[in-house]
Amino acid sequence: MLSIASLKIGQRAVIKDFSVDVVPLKLLEMGCLPGNEVTLIQEAPFKDPLYLTINGSHLAIRKEMACKIEIELING
Amino acid sequence: MAKQINVALIGNPNTGKSSVFNILTGLSQKVGNYPGITVEKKQGTCQLERNLKAHIIDLPGTYSLNASSLDENVVIELLLNKKDKDYPDVAVVIADIENLKRNLLLFTQIKDLRIPTILAINMADRMKRKAISLNIKELEEKLGTKIVLISSRKKTGIEALKNLISNYNSLSLTPCINSSKIAPEYFKRLQKTFPNQDLYKLWLVVTQDVNFGKLNRKKINGIQPFQTESKPNLKRLQQKETIARYLFINDTLKKTLSIDSKNAKDLRSRFDKVLTHKFWGYVIFFAVLLLIFQAIFDWSTYPMDFIDNSFTLLSEWLKNNLPPGVFSNLITEGIIPGLGGIVIFIPQIAFLFLFISILEESGYMSRVVFLMDRIMRRFGLSGKSVVPLVSGTACAIPAIMATRNIENWKERLITILVTPFITCAARLPVYLIIISLVIPEGRLLGIISLQGLTLLILYGLGFAAAIISAYILDKYLHIKSKSFFVVEMPNYKLPLLKNVGITVLEKTKSFVFGAGKIILAISIILWVMGSYGPGDFNQAEEIVLKQTEQQNLSQEELTIKLASFKLENSYIGIVGKFIEPAVRPLGYDWKIGIALISSFAAREVFIGTLATIYSVGNDEVETIKERMSAEINPSNGAPLFNLASGISLLLFYAFAMQCMSTLAIVKRETNSWKWPLWQLLLMTALAYIVALAAYQILK
Repeated sequence: MLSIASLKIGQRAVIKDFSVDVVPLKLLEMGCLPGNEVTLIQEAPFKDPLYLTINGSHLAIRKEMACKIEIELING
Repeated sequence: MAKQINVALIGNPNTGKSSVFNILTGLSQKVGNYPGITVEKKQGTCQLERNLKAHIIDLPGTYSLNASSLDENVVIELLLNKKDKDYPDVAVVIADIENLKRNLLLFTQIKDLRIPTILAINMADRMKRKAISLNIKELEEKLGTKIVLISSRKKTGIEALKNLISNYNSLSLTPCINSSKIAPEYFKRLQKTFPNQDLYKLWLVVTQDVNFGKLNRKKINGIQPFQTESKPNLKRLQQKETIARYLFINDTLKKTLSIDSKNAKDLRSRFDKVLTHKFWGYVIFFAVLLLIFQAIFDWSTYPMDFIDNSFTLLSEWLKNNLPPGVFSNLITEGIIPGLGGIVIFIPQIAFLFLFISILEESGYMSRVVFLMDRIMRRFGLSGKSVVPLVSGTACAIPAIMATRNIENWKERLITILVTPFITCAARLPVYLIIISLVIPEGRLLGIISLQGLTLLILYGLGFAAAIISAYILDKYLHIKSKSFFVVEMPNYKLPLLKNVGITVLEKTKSFVFGAGKIILAISIILWVMGSYGPGDFNQAEEIVLKQTEQQNLSQEELTIKLASFKLENSYIGIVGKFIEPAVRPLGYDWKIGIALISSFAAREVFIGTLATIYSVGNDEVETIKERMSAEINPSNGAPLFNLASGISLLLFYAFAMQCMSTLAIVKRETNSWKWPLWQLLLMTALAYIVALAAYQILK
């Protein structure tokens, strides 16, 4: 399964699931929910942290967390 | 009779909530603290109609009612406590048109508390550029509220907002979400145990760490049915709630909001390409830092010189014009020199807050957090530690308060512990005067001023001490905390002059008055201790006359002898002599010892203390620098302030934890005396050892 950490800049995907027991509530509140769209906008050196658009919100998260968010790419 | 209603402004960070507050209240606003905690409480008044006034309170920005910080707790405590005198008659949720989806999450939560709630959608002036269209009528129906489009930038929609506030009685109180849908079985149990309570409020009390009127959380937890849900289960229920809310929001907006992304103009991504670039991003950040330091250390010298001269003139004028007496002496020898020591910081503090508030308002600060996170993490810090560390160059107190948005407790604690190493504005006058005394004026290779270089090294030293100790703390502090980090990247905005101005004014005011009180108190205490004494002090004239009988001194020499005898036998002299053995190995005399001790209240007191000690009984108005360079070390007859003792003093100030206010803030923010006491002990021990080594080597 692909995760957000494997996105390339500009690529779009849909969030499928979390491979972590308790998802931080704050992340959900920011709109990071299964079914919502995510785009990678920019990455810092060493791909960490990642600057994303999720459900229309612009936010940055660390690679560590990004690895645990499973996605499916949108083609085109 | 004019009626007054309570209005609460609530919203996510970066929605322009404070701008709306500034427009509504203007300069009537007051900034204070919530009792017992250091969260800023901003309130003001606004005339709605001829007979209707609004008392407006600007609550801290929050993404939801699930509080994860002290600031966010304030919001929920107020909204749950009907007895609070600030309990809102009406809540205004400020949302940003570009982040409506996320902003509505908080809106639905507030609405479900059955508080009359107005939705004010800000930045409406951007709708055209972003090709956003909104069916307001339908959205009002779906959310069961009144909506007003406003622009805090263009100042539109404000009258309409005031109108809605005045007519708050007509707002519907129907909740957006039937909260028992979240977990039917669990909510049934809640309802059974507390048949008279509002379910959603109960739910918040169960999941949040707040008190709910008379219903104390402990009491609720003591009742059996609530023991059955474990913490992780409650977390899961909270997640279900969030998901349920987003389902409602996405469904609502699908029918009412449309964004034509093809026609949207996107300046943001162009800016981001450069400002968050892997190379240019860093170049720009360091250029910004350089600019800030240039302003603090170069531009601010002009107003500072002006303030310095004004205070000397004032002191001189008062000396000549006040009737002689104890009270006049207290003013001219104690209070004025002490106050001068604090007023002189105003330009630097103001410049620093000017830059910080511009960087925050423009949205650039979040990009810095993004760029620096990985690097800072190597030292056990977070990208969000950059703001505290930069603010620390002004004052550790606001800097430590700025650590609140670091989610990870270990990273936050380390940031709090190392921030006081950063060279704050209070160290600067100490550095400047000692450098000018002991470092020659020459230039290295004919270009770089030696004095400037020394100052730069001291700043570097403070930063290095912070980073290295963070690294060590990271290795030895064993605190388990889930490392989770999320930072919103707001859109770029041109900072509003009014907002920046108000921030600079408020921050500077609170710094000056906060530190001013301490300095004033200390300079009065020192003056009294220096002007009175036991035993020999009261027979000073006879003793000195007897001692100098054979020396045939002129009147002037006699006065000086008398003054120094009096000082040595005053209370302050006795204390100073007592501690002298401890500071002698560092190259200091008892007067510096006193200044060092009083500096533990606040560093900037050093100059004021020496000024007070030197001016007690001294009628001539000299600058403090002249007095200091005239001081002689009694053991070898050489000037007291030389390279060895000067460097030793500089290093002592670089490392020692000398600030009561910072310790008090650390205690509040870490909720224990353990951390501030460790800070005091370790930093001061380090300072003593380094200063001792420096003096013994250079001597």
